Amino acid sequence: MSVIRPLLRTAFLNVRRDRVVLAMVFVLPVMFFSIFATVFGNQRDSTSKIQVAVADLDQSDYSKKIVRALAAEGGLKVRTTEKEDGTGAVLDYQLAEALVKKGDVPVAVVLPKGYGTGGRLFARDESAPKVQLLADVSDPIAPQMVQGLLQKVSFTAAPDILATEGMGMLEKYGGPLTTEQRNSMADWQKQLATQGSGASEVVSNVGPAIEIVNVMQPGYGNVGIVSFYAAGIGVMFLLFSASGAGGALLDEEESGTLGRLVGSRAGMGGVLIGKWLFITLLGLLQLTVMFTWGMLVFNLPLLDHLPGFFVMSIVTSAAAAAFGLVLATISRSRAQLSGISTIVILAMSAVGGSMFPRFMMSEGMQKMGLVTFNAWALDGYIKVFWRNLPLIDLWPQVTVLVLLCGAFLFTARLAARRWETL
Amino acid sequence: MATDASATPLRVEDARKSYGKVAALAGVSFDVRPGELVGLLGPNGAGKTTAIRAIAGRVNLDAGHVHLFGRTLTPRDPRPEIGVVPQELAVYPKLTARENLEVFGELYGVSGAALKTRVGWALEWSDLKDRANEPTVRFSGGMKRRLNIACSLLHSPRIVLLDEPTVGVDPQSRERIYEMLSALQASGVSVVLTTHHLEEAESRCQRILIIDHGRIVASGTLDELVRSTLGNQRSVHLVIDAPWPSGAAAPAGARIEGDGRALHADLPDLGGSLTKLIDAIGLAGRRVIDVKLTGSTLHEVFIALTGRELRE
Repeated sequence: MSVIRPLLRTAFLNVRRDRVVLAMVFVLPVMFFSIFATVFGNQRDSTSKIQVAVADLDQSDYSKKIVRALAAEGGLKVRTTEKEDGTGAVLDYQLAEALVKKGDVPVAVVLPKGYGTGGRLFARDESAPKVQLLADVSDPIAPQMVQGLLQKVSFTAAPDILATEGMGMLEKYGGPLTTEQRNSMADWQKQLATQGSGASEVVSNVGPAIEIVNVMQPGYGNVGIVSFYAAGIGVMFLLFSASGAGGALLDEEESGTLGRLVGSRAGMGGVLIGKWLFITLLGLLQLTVMFTWGMLVFNLPLLDHLPGFFVMSIVTSAAAAAFGLVLATISRSRAQLSGISTIVILAMSAVGGSMFPRFMMSEGMQKMGLVTFNAWALDGYIKVFWRNLPLIDLWPQVTVLVLLCGAFLFTARLAARRWETL
Repeated sequence: MATDASATPLRVEDARKSYGKVAALAGVSFDVRPGELVGLLGPNGAGKTTAIRAIAGRVNLDAGHVHLFGRTLTPRDPRPEIGVVPQELAVYPKLTARENLEVFGELYGVSGAALKTRVGWALEWSDLKDRANEPTVRFSGGMKRRLNIACSLLHSPRIVLLDEPTVGVDPQSRERIYEMLSALQASGVSVVLTTHHLEEAESRCQRILIIDHGRIVASGTLDELVRSTLGNQRSVHLVIDAPWPSGAAAPAGARIEGDGRALHADLPDLGGSLTKLIDAIGLAGRRVIDVKLTGSTLHEVFIALTGRELRE
């Protein structure tokens, strides 16, 4: 015991006086727990509603009831026009598809012409037009949720029609009803038509025929998730690489090499620019390797998106390199850099969407994520690989990342003054 | 901003620098002449490294000036005439000796054929030609030190500042480093070095500057320092063939020590006083069998001036 006591005391004092270790031990786990609990535990009321565009091509009583019922669902935010505020053209197939492709909504419901006539629920006619869900399948939740709610409202939105179809099926397979039975049913149908409620138990072979249409990357399967993770993981490790490479400054400072470099004609400005260029090129190579692997193994359509990939990878690598230099120049030692970068990068990656998609987060957290570098980079990659948007549409992400890069470089230059002159 | 080649290579004038309440330099002035090897000595924290850094432009002086070949420098002015050798082994361990030399040569503005020539010269000069293509991580401490110096000379500086160039190396490597510096001196390069090795400064430096508490407390050749600090006074220890006769008084100014066979005296004038002392011993029937003089070394000068050992 006499030996254990001083050992415990030493260890305790060392930990207590090391703020980075304290943060790693106590702050980081609590922070991560909170982020994951908020995202997956659905703890907040502000969890975002799923935005749905509905193109009612049928314009029948039944289809209108379906639209109204969808709009009444608490988990959905339905729009039937081009603009979110209800203005603009009424949605048709093309407009609805465009909204999904641009990322304004993750899913659009297209109610086809002829949808209001019979055979919707119990006797599917395979040749009849189907309800189409135009889905951005990079969001695996929204289409499934909308599909389920559509099934539900198909039964609950128009109970009178449901009863009519039921009677038709009964007469078809059980023989014709008597006049009295028919009159009684007609009275009940009138009541149902005014109610518009009542749960129905859905079985697998009943309900509206729904077809999910992948409008983003037809023919590439579920490449959305692959591209998301390639970008998400790529950006996170890019930040780690950048901070590690930036740490060479600390090694050079310790060995005296930095003093020699600063004393040369390069000066501190030249040294930082040289490091930044190198780390940028290293990051570009790292992302290229990552996406090439994604193309070879997971069918990521890299070759179809080379210009967008390079634009995003160059600005992302440049900003990450500058961020790595900031972390290195504000740190006093390699150990401190390692601790700080682990905390900052993991936190940024969690909030910024590198670990799980931001659409899974509440609206508040999604907005908070925009202060991180990761969110902008990921949004850009998704625009390239998923939405197939032209290069010009990358301007918000490119602008923000370039500005961040400039701000990071400026900060690093200021912080590096402590190595320049004493 | 023109350089006057005939002007004093380096002149530091009333340089002052404080960190908080601590004055690292409290009015340092000295100059360095062409082809001179000057040793800057002082205890830890005396201001040696700050002085070197101020000359190299790595320290913003609070007051005072640094003049380089007649030019008065601001901290941001380039100093192509200066080569700075840091105390740390400032080379890249994963690069070979040749690669290190090429990198630093380019950074200091040497390129093309000139770079190739200078790298070849540096490898020859530092005796690393046979190991030129090995990563320096495999080098001994002495080899790394030599490369460290060579990396600062690729741009042919006319003044070389070395901060503790022989720290942590064995005597043979130290000897080799001083041979290298002598060769530089012979080519007209002025060398300023800080060192903890008093005997090295004593034997190698033409002029010695002793700095303490941010001030130059003495400067000159060893003889000048001894004369100005200790005057002609010397301490002498004598061993005689038999114990001093009991009851007999010790010779004037001397005291008997130990078993009576040792005498100690502080002599104000070595020439006359030592002869008189030896004569007095002879008159007492004793014969001197050993003489040891102290008080003429740089160490004694240093202690007398700073009141502390060099490593304190």
